[in-house]
Amino acid sequence: MLTIANLIKKFQQPGGGELTVLDVPRFEIANGEQVALIGESGGGKTTLLHLIAGMLAATSGSIRIDNIELTRLSEQGRDRFRAATIGYVFQTFNLLPAFSALENVKLGMSFGNGRVDHARAMDLLDRVGLADRANYRPKQLSVGQQQRVAIARSLAGRPKLLLADEPTANVDPASADLVLNLIIDSCRDESIALLMVTHSMEVAGRFERIDRLEDINHIPALKQV
Amino acid sequence: MNLLFIAWRNFRYRALSSFLTTLSLMLGVGLVVLVMAIYGIVSEAFVRNAAVGYNLVVGPRGSALQLTLNSVYYLSQPIENLPYTEFMEFFPAEERARMVREYGGDPALGERDGVYAGFVAGGYAIPLALGDYFGEFRVVGTTPDFFEKLRHGPEVDQPFTFQDGRALKTFTPENQYFECVLGSRVAAQTGLGVGDTMNPTHGDPEGKGHGQGFQIVGVMSPTGTPNDRAVFVNLEGFYLLEGHAKPIEDDAIIVPPERDPDDPRPPLLMIPEREVTSILVRNGNVMFAPGMQNRINESGRAQAAAPIGEINKLMSMIVGPLLSALLVITLITCVVAAFGVLVAIYNSMNDRRRDIAVMRALGARRGSVTWVILFESLIIAIIGGAAGWLLAHIAIYGAGTFIEQQTGVQVGLFSVSQFEWLLLPFVILLSLLAGIVPAMAAYRTDVGSNLSA
Ligand SMILES: Nc1ncnc2c1ncn2[C@@H]1O[C@H](COP(=O)(O)OP(=O)(O)OP(=O)(O)O)[C@@H](O)[C@H]1O
Ligand SMILES: [Mg+2]
Repeated sequence: MLTIANLIKKFQQPGGGELTVLDVPRFEIANGEQVALIGESGGGKTTLLHLIAGMLAATSGSIRIDNIELTRLSEQGRDRFRAATIGYVFQTFNLLPAFSALENVKLGMSFGNGRVDHARAMDLLDRVGLADRANYRPKQLSVGQQQRVAIARSLAGRPKLLLADEPTANVDPASADLVLNLIIDSCRDESIALLMVTHSMEVAGRFERIDRLEDINHIPALKQV
Repeated sequence: MNLLFIAWRNFRYRALSSFLTTLSLMLGVGLVVLVMAIYGIVSEAFVRNAAVGYNLVVGPRGSALQLTLNSVYYLSQPIENLPYTEFMEFFPAEERARMVREYGGDPALGERDGVYAGFVAGGYAIPLALGDYFGEFRVVGTTPDFFEKLRHGPEVDQPFTFQDGRALKTFTPENQYFECVLGSRVAAQTGLGVGDTMNPTHGDPEGKGHGQGFQIVGVMSPTGTPNDRAVFVNLEGFYLLEGHAKPIEDDAIIVPPERDPDDPRPPLLMIPEREVTSILVRNGNVMFAPGMQNRINESGRAQAAAPIGEINKLMSMIVGPLLSALLVITLITCVVAAFGVLVAIYNSMNDRRRDIAVMRALGARRGSVTWVILFESLIIAIIGGAAGWLLAHIAIYGAGTFIEQQTGVQVGLFSVSQFEWLLLPFVILLSLLAGIVPAMAAYRTDVGSNLSA
């Protein structure tokens, strides 16, 4: 479902000049496949997820998702594509503080093609065990609970690919287990492909396929030029 | 969830800041509405007061504005007088002859029509004699015609009515020539009423008394015109007061009045002794007014002024610019308030960048997050504007009784002044302008860098 070929990402450096962060000759994920991505800090994992989500534009190369060539889309096109196809879970919770848990989940459906479906939003909250917290504000939820709401929100738009960037890094071990299970199980149940970045070998161990960024990316973290 | 709802949530989330910016905009808009209302009330009051059924004021040559202020508003410094013969020019020969017989004077006056008689044709000419005071109030010498023929009210169709008593008469056996009528404010302020006596003073409020008092026979109902603060005395009685007779010139031809020897009435002033300050004229056909006005002004003896025109001139020369300046200042208040909205939203942009990035990650476009910010500033504008508008109108309505007493202008809860409807687009435009700076910041917000933990 995801095919990356000859992808290069360069950043403008603050001091001028360019910094090449990614050079990925080939990277693929099949439909419904679950992949853990590990690698050194600063290696470019988050950058890769941003590129796949269409939040960053590639410098060159090809990112193809469900036969859509992302690098050829305009920014607006990528926004629309992201709303319809990608779910995203961040390391820190990134719930919107002005909205209740339920409204945060509904926000996940607000920018795509589908209508805002109250029943589904409640259903998702129920699945992450927080139906009784639907009207709580993020501030009134624990860190782990916030991350579970974020998972519900990432699933709300019925994505085909879920990107998770160290979703368990900031939660306690018990919550981490719960969060991880929710992500893995939900993706399996809804046949959503999953790409999860993690530093934890324990987390990576839950996946059948574990990729190291160093194997994918020709640019090692410490030798970015 | 649509963008407006998202903006509404943000508005509520930053409740204190939203409340304060909305409040400042509310005050700005409220002030503008108040000034606009005052503008409307003042101009209506002036024009209403000038609309008392007559279309021209005739008086001595000089400032037309001062003539109007004296004769219509009973304000300003007293002016010179006209000889009574000038008043007689508005009447046909037989009426003039009657005056000569009754008062005494040159019989030649009664042998021709007055030069302006033809222009009046079916209208009226009412004399006013000014110059005396009762306390701070002007004393107006006039004839019973004043109460019969003049009209007031929004349609200028309501006759004067009396809350007590009746109009003055030229002569009654009990009061002789000395009857007077009080305007409603005079009665309320002095506590005098029917049956009391009123002693005018000569020349100015501190002038010395005349000795002769006038019997109060009526108190007028409020009219919302300057007549509420005037004292009306019978012109004939006014003439008989000490010092009011003009010295007769040596070469004057006078035939004394024809008097029945049994007539108990004391003699009146003769025509050469009489003066009027001004004459209120209504032409039977208004089309004749400009022609008559020209004739009078060309005569060199008097001038004719259209009160409404004079008042409009006064409005546009002094009152108008003053109120316009006030309006500009209050509009600037709105601009300052809008600037406050800009600063408040812009200051919160640091907190919002992450929210914006999250929304973008959820698929929101740049345009959408931009609109969320613009909508928020729009919400502040609409709530602040509506609240300010409503509050100002409630305040005006609350002061309605007072305003009506002072000016005769009635204000409803939703009587909207002329340019008030422009306020809404103005405030919306302001808020959009204020929203643009933070909205552009939202537009430029980079997703990637704001999402890295
Ligand atoms: N907007 C940017 N401008 C310039 N350089 C950037 C930008 N974003 C990231 N980089 C650089 O790209 C490199 C990769 O960053 P990235 O966040 O993808 O690493 P990562 O693998 O996710 O690291 P970590 O495991 O610590 O999260 C870093 O050297 C970083 O400095
Ligand atoms: Mg990272």
